[in-house]
Amino acid sequence: MSVFDGLKYRKVSSPIHDLDPRIKFFYVCAIFVGAILFWTILPLLILFAIQIPFVLLAGVKREWLRSLRGTIFLAAIIFLTNLIVRYFASGGALLVTDLEFAAAMTLRFIVLVGSFSVFFLTTSPDHLGLALERTRMPYEFSFAFTTAVRFVPVLAEEAQTIMDAQKARGLELEKGNFLKRIRNYIPVLVPLIVSAIRRSLELAEAMESRAWGATKKRTNLYILRLKQGDFILFVITIVILMVTVYVRIYIDVPGLSQFLSGVS
Amino acid sequence: MVIIETKNLSYTYPGGTKPSLNDVSIKIKAGEFALITGSSGSRKTTICRCFNGLIPHFYKGELEGEIRVADKDTTKHPTFEMAKEVGLVFQNPENQLFALSIEKDVAFGLENLGVPREKMRQRVDWALKLAGIYDLRERSPHEISGGQQQRVAIAAVLAMQPKIIVLDEPTSFLDPLSAKKIFEVIHDLNRKLGITVVLVEHRLDLTAKYADHIIIMDKGRVCQDGNPRTILGAESTRLIGVGIPKATLLFQMLAKDGLKLGSVVPLSSDEIAQSLLEAIKPHD
Amino acid sequence: MIEVQDVGFTYPSGVEALRGVAFTVNNGEFIAIMGQNGAGKTTLVKHFNGLLKPSIGRVLVDGIETKKTSVASLAKKVGFVFQNPDHQLFSETVEEEIAFALKNFGFEEETIKKRVTWALSFLELKKYRKTSPFMLSGGERKRVALASVLAWNPEILILDEPTIGQDYKQKEKLRQFILQMQTQEKTIVIVTHDVEFVAECNPRVLLMTEGRIVADGQGKNILANPEVLAKSSVVPPQVVQIFSRLNELELPKNVIDLYEAKDLLLKKLEKRLR
Ligand SMILES: Nc1ncnc2c1ncn2[C@@H]1O[C@H](COP(=O)(O)OP(=O)(O)O)[C@@H](O)[C@H]1O
Ligand SMILES: Nc1ncnc2c1ncn2[C@@H]1O[C@H](COP(=O)(O)OP(=O)(O)O)[C@@H](O)[C@H]1O
Ligand SMILES: [Mg+2]
Ligand SMILES: [Mg+2]
Repeated sequence: MSVFDGLKYRKVSSPIHDLDPRIKFFYVCAIFVGAILFWTILPLLILFAIQIPFVLLAGVKREWLRSLRGTIFLAAIIFLTNLIVRYFASGGALLVTDLEFAAAMTLRFIVLVGSFSVFFLTTSPDHLGLALERTRMPYEFSFAFTTAVRFVPVLAEEAQTIMDAQKARGLELEKGNFLKRIRNYIPVLVPLIVSAIRRSLELAEAMESRAWGATKKRTNLYILRLKQGDFILFVITIVILMVTVYVRIYIDVPGLSQFLSGVS
Repeated sequence: MVIIETKNLSYTYPGGTKPSLNDVSIKIKAGEFALITGSSGSRKTTICRCFNGLIPHFYKGELEGEIRVADKDTTKHPTFEMAKEVGLVFQNPENQLFALSIEKDVAFGLENLGVPREKMRQRVDWALKLAGIYDLRERSPHEISGGQQQRVAIAAVLAMQPKIIVLDEPTSFLDPLSAKKIFEVIHDLNRKLGITVVLVEHRLDLTAKYADHIIIMDKGRVCQDGNPRTILGAESTRLIGVGIPKATLLFQMLAKDGLKLGSVVPLSSDEIAQSLLEAIKPHD
Repeated sequence: MIEVQDVGFTYPSGVEALRGVAFTVNNGEFIAIMGQNGAGKTTLVKHFNGLLKPSIGRVLVDGIETKKTSVASLAKKVGFVFQNPDHQLFSETVEEEIAFALKNFGFEEETIKKRVTWALSFLELKKYRKTSPFMLSGGERKRVALASVLAWNPEILILDEPTIGQDYKQKEKLRQFILQMQTQEKTIVIVTHDVEFVAECNPRVLLMTEGRIVADGQGKNILANPEVLAKSSVVPPQVVQIFSRLNELELPKNVIDLYEAKDLLLKKLEKRLR
């Protein structure tokens, strides 16, 4: 579950947390594009390094590292698959370029996870919902999103309570063969579903009672207003985008093997 | 002035065979603190749903008879219009908060009504302060206690500045101290702002002393309706199985054994203690 | 017998829910664990059937350490009825719901039938034998949940917040039920913050605050002690509130029962009024 821990928003305030989610998302996309454009290690390393001051400024170093640690397993798989595919494709020989390619693919994955992790770690679901609203998506959509986020911990707690209640009646979830084990979950799932249905009815009733659907022109307590920091990030992002595209098109980035041959 | 009035109101839930409400005729005056009680399943929640038009608009079903709330026929006005007149607070605090921060939740109704942002901010802060949760405004509903959640729900309807607040067993999930705080908030709203309060409660020990008017329901009918002291002091009420306040019971028991403590039926421990002290004074 | 020996418990989230809790529940005792929401009452009783294992210290049920055995085997001895019946009802009929635990514990077909019938009649649910539990009213669902636990005849019965959301009549029924269980010498532990209910039953009371036990004794002595109650944010029962305002009458301090209160007042006032 550590990958998800790495995506969990925690309320703190920092210059990064205060940034407009739309600009932050633009920044994440720029990193994403950059990561996809390159197949060699050096630019990917730079893209990775760019995120570090961002993470430090946001004060989410521990959570960010945890989310990266959570990707180790997947990263290892990516590395090995790439290596194996290369090995067979080249007819049983491995060159430094093959190693570099596998490493670059892995690093690309880590860069992507890292940037998304920074985004989710520093953006409150409320802001995210607000940003969704601003995209002219129907309000119902962003409402559903924030409500879902609101009820995730509640449902998790409820599932735990139900499991405890059934265990207290002698239910052993881990007993029996595969099929039996799935059946064991029925006494947990039925109350969970019944309760979720009841809950959603109660929620609907409460929403109606608070004038849901009164007017098409809904207003909002919060607004997203671009501040100085947002412009700075915007400029940084544009620069990153331009530099990556420029380098990709006009500069032949040396690969690891070229470095090595240059040295020797 | 009568603010809630039903005349021979009967209601059957969709698919139901027997009516859930049967010939209910009640009158609640503006500014009153009305208490509705009765055993569980006596359709207290059902009558509350009629007050803001959830019945018949949300629940459908068959509604007969007349109902007027704040001079509006609820069958002709959708719930979102009634919401400006009547605020409903439900039993389970958890299932009436949807937003990720408390102030956003309190703003929800105003956002739906399209209230401009400046005005919304003012009303949200005003409601948060009245409910005593202004300091919690940026927390998430998951981080606060059930009692605080219920106060958020109260602030949320309060922000819409309704004339009437209806609370359906708002404290049944709370411990007595949190419950007491909720009742104090409600009592203040009634006394200081003149908001009409309709409170559905079993805990008469804690609430009877606030009430101007009590309605006891049984199987979808009104079986007692009137002044709390008269009704709770009557022998017949005890037999229905309503939880009469201990103070009132003690008063009745003493009377039965020949110790009359005056003609005013006490509803709280303060009141009976007062009468007991007065009873001994002249003889000292 | 349940022995709780210097138990501390910390949830994985880091919340320290129990600190240095120590006491013994004797066989046949009736105990009410009280304290405000979040005091750690549920956390404590979940240790009795092994749903939670202490981080520090030990819990022994009839001499067996809970850490060394499974919930399933402890549950046979310690029945646990959760606060909300909707968290456990899932069967198509009331009958199956009650048989569920009996099947889990491996009772024989014949015994299961007998126990189900017994539990249905004990809790006055016979006419609902073939009804879906979801069709029943709240009070009835609560009884089904109770029946489904009583069915296997556990020696110790734990009820978490049994009075929450219950009306006066339902509470009175519950009280009768507890008295009946007591005559059968069952050990009963209820978790509650309902002072009036506890005042009517007068069990041994354990008062909790912030994961600690701050008072342990007969209901009479604890519920009539406003200083102790205030520490754990419990509102005293009405009778105590009334008596505390009658200082000049010099009434005894440990009265929580209404009838006792009436008799005392009559005696005092007759003298004064004469
Ligand atoms: N949504 C519904 N659909 C059908 N019947 C309902 C619904 N809600 C409540 N009822 C019926 O109303 C009865 C309980 O009424 P309710 O108003 O909830 O009582 P109270 O609030 O006094 O406990 C139940 O017996 C049930 O049959
Ligand atoms: N599953 C859980 N995970 C983390 N903390 C919990 C969990 N359950 C309860 N707690 C915390 O432990 C403390 C005691 O809770 P609980 O035993 O439920 O109290 P009570 O039953 O007295 O209301 C509270 O602070 C609560 O927030
Ligand atoms: Mg109800
Ligand atoms: Mg609890």
